[in-house]
Amino acid sequence: MNGSLRIPTDMLAEFDRLQQQLRRVFSPSYSSRSIRATGHGEFPPITLGSTPDTVEILAYVPGIDPKSVELSIDKGLLVLAGERQTSLPEGADRINVYAQERFAGPFRRVVSLPEEADPTRVNASYREGFLRVSVGKRESSKPRRIEVQA
Amino acid sequence: MNVRAQATTGETETDQQNQSTLLPPVDIYEDETGFTLTADLPGVSKERLGVKVNGDNLLIEGDVSVPAPQDMELVYAEILASSYRRSFTLSRELDASKIEANLKDGVLKLRIPKAEEARPRKIEIKVG
Repeated sequence: MNGSLRIPTDMLAEFDRLQQQLRRVFSPSYSSRSIRATGHGEFPPITLGSTPDTVEILAYVPGIDPKSVELSIDKGLLVLAGERQTSLPEGADRINVYAQERFAGPFRRVVSLPEEADPTRVNASYREGFLRVSVGKRESSKPRRIEVQA
Repeated sequence: MNVRAQATTGETETDQQNQSTLLPPVDIYEDETGFTLTADLPGVSKERLGVKVNGDNLLIEGDVSVPAPQDMELVYAEILASSYRRSFTLSRELDASKIEANLKDGVLKLRIPKAEEARPRKIEIKVG
């Protein structure tokens, strides 16, 4: 189940990688920082992949109740919506907050599915903070071997 | 988004390793009895998570396992992480030997208590 992630040539992904790297190089928090030091993109981040039989969507949504996620497919658009609670105690006084980098609040992401995706065959699972949505491909779009008649 | 993009870049393995360690986002707050640190570590299981204290240095690291099928070809990725790593310097009044860690659904919660003597207390004023 543990597929390796290969580097795509996609421009957007290239830019995001560059951004991450810049953030790392210039962020003072990358090196050891004080636990009291105070110090975010679209949520949840997603990865799209393809297998011979399915289109795979992986969303990084740690710390949510999978039952609270709304997942729908309409006219080739996959919509992922939900809400993530903050880890900070609400309304408590006498606390000092030093970092609030984790996303909190309602989120909604829309993914355009490729044409070969079959919206009637969808599987979704949640494990270790990853939401995996697997959409079957239409039979007609699968690669097949064509016999050459003698 | 180019759905037909193929993985044809000539990246070397070292390049990939350098790019794939991510800084996990954290929430940190302090109350009277200690610190609570929450970190997003999606894809990290208990077995592949390390929380280490060395002197006043707290290190959190974990390897990611992506729940993707072996034959998946990557089309688009906003995150390419194979591991997470982040360290913090603890302040002196914290009792690192009593850190409690809890990992659930890719979220690590650490409770770092303050040493007893460092907790706030009311000081009696003697009249005399």
